[in-house]
Amino acid sequence: MLKIAVCAKQVPDTEIPASQFVVDEDSVAVIPPPGVQPIVNGFDMNAVETALRVRDEGTECEITVFSVGTGFVMDVMKKPLAIGADNLVLVDDPATEDLDATGTALALQAAINAEGGADLILCGRQASDWDQAHVPLILGELMELPTVTLIRSIDMVGPDELRLERVASDGYQVIATPMPALLTITNEAGEPRYANMRGIMAASRKQPKVYDLTGLRLTNLTQRLKMTRLFVPETESEVEIIQGEDDADSGRLLALQMHDEGLI
Amino acid sequence: MPAEILIIPDIRADGSIDPTALELLSASRIIADGRTVAAFLPAEAATDDSEWRDLDLDAVYRVEHPRLLEDYRSGIYDVITHAATELVRRNGHQTVLLPKTDMGSIVGPRLAARLGGAHLADCVDLTLNNAGRIAATRPVHGGNALAIYEVEDDIPQTVEIRPGAFEPALSRNDRQPTIQDVTLSDHSPNTPRPELLEAVAEEVAGIPLEAAETVVAGGRGLGGPEPFEDLRTLCHTLNAALGASRAACDAGWLDHSHQVGLTGKKINPKTYITFGISGASQHMAGCSSARNIIAVNKDRSANIFAHSRFGVVGDWSKVLPAFMAACAELRDDD
Repeated sequence: MLKIAVCAKQVPDTEIPASQFVVDEDSVAVIPPPGVQPIVNGFDMNAVETALRVRDEGTECEITVFSVGTGFVMDVMKKPLAIGADNLVLVDDPATEDLDATGTALALQAAINAEGGADLILCGRQASDWDQAHVPLILGELMELPTVTLIRSIDMVGPDELRLERVASDGYQVIATPMPALLTITNEAGEPRYANMRGIMAASRKQPKVYDLTGLRLTNLTQRLKMTRLFVPETESEVEIIQGEDDADSGRLLALQMHDEGLI
Repeated sequence: MPAEILIIPDIRADGSIDPTALELLSASRIIADGRTVAAFLPAEAATDDSEWRDLDLDAVYRVEHPRLLEDYRSGIYDVITHAATELVRRNGHQTVLLPKTDMGSIVGPRLAARLGGAHLADCVDLTLNNAGRIAATRPVHGGNALAIYEVEDDIPQTVEIRPGAFEPALSRNDRQPTIQDVTLSDHSPNTPRPELLEAVAEEVAGIPLEAAETVVAGGRGLGGPEPFEDLRTLCHTLNAALGASRAACDAGWLDHSHQVGLTGKKINPKTYITFGISGASQHMAGCSSARNIIAVNKDRSANIFAHSRFGVVGDWSKVLPAFMAACAELRDDD
């Protein structure tokens, strides 16, 4: 049985309009817009989908989703379960708010080890909140695993060997890696499947396994990389709205205006 | 301040030094505080007649390693990580700068982890704080906000520099950097490692996005793949490249090679014409260098208008045909 760990993060919905994105500069924090549910980071759902495809291809898998954070919304965090992941493990602790990337990687490592380790660790290529893209790389170093980023497809070619397609700027690369390994998954892998009613019902009956940092013996994590300021840069909008008699006329006038300005 | 700053330039496929090296140099001068600056270069890229002699450097480490040069194109970067770790440990460099290229964004965090240090990702501005430590500014939440990160202790730091964020340093060759040849042990761990089997170049039809003067792009608002055929025709008329938002690519309407955005292509055209793109900050991160953004969107509150020079609030399916016809006429007249 192949043990796949998928690391997933709860993040603010990226679909909220920029006008609703508000930060509190004093507390150096983002203020979530009221009434908008968070989401599972999109690239992490691509990673869940990738794990499910390994199973679809005929490899027997146990797929466990690991998340580090606090204030989890259970309906949201159970989405991977609803589309077919087997287990959910949360490191739920208010102190995780103060973790830097190394601290987060240590917490993921401890939780994965507490659950008996993994043959394959899949992470989204980056999280849409802080966009750092380096927790997976640090986790790979901590666990001394072969680490390959930006994967769009996985092919099992042997019990301990994977053939990967890695997205590159002018095409793709074919990479072989032994397992255990850590991979980051990019959106080119494809969108996650939809949950069906049976999956949603099954997920609602499952309970996550919950750890806190003390339970993982991670009480002395020092935060060495600290965010000291957070602000929304001012953008000056000087858009000129072109308004014709109807939409077609607006399109024509737009072309004329752009031509006058030397833009086309 | 202890030890010199080390920069790790990227190396291009032809073995030359990537031009972002000049940006690393100007970024390193901001935080140098009297420290000298040295570069990590594979010996093959630091031959006597190569362009590193024009770089304003105090020292160059010419690193000899049988598989170092090829690792810059491997997509894996295990050898560079190994070699850089060994060099930094040997010399005690406190601060290492890398470009946010594929290589730098992978080697940086891994190097920091091996050194027990911290990684500053995707920096667009650097200063020194009152304690003389680095304060790095970087876009977060897909560019909706900027954050400043500071490192708390005097631990090793890897600093990843976003291409284009710093002016390239002027080249200077009135003084010669000292050169040190470094020979490192071959990196052949007992355990098997990932290995590049094949690099496949995918031909993109039409003009490449990164080089285009004009880019035409569509988003989720177009509702399906068919309208992109019209956009292709418009591209042909305007001699433009075709782009798309991530949502449109993820929906399968257009290949991901057309994706513009934070995790797609970064473009810097003179004119960027968008249809049905709302302008989420993740998208804007890929086109913020466009000098004139033109937006057609039915929602006046769409974020794209805040960044646009001209806009039409309306139904793209009515606006686009008239726009295309007018463009074709204007082109014929020119």
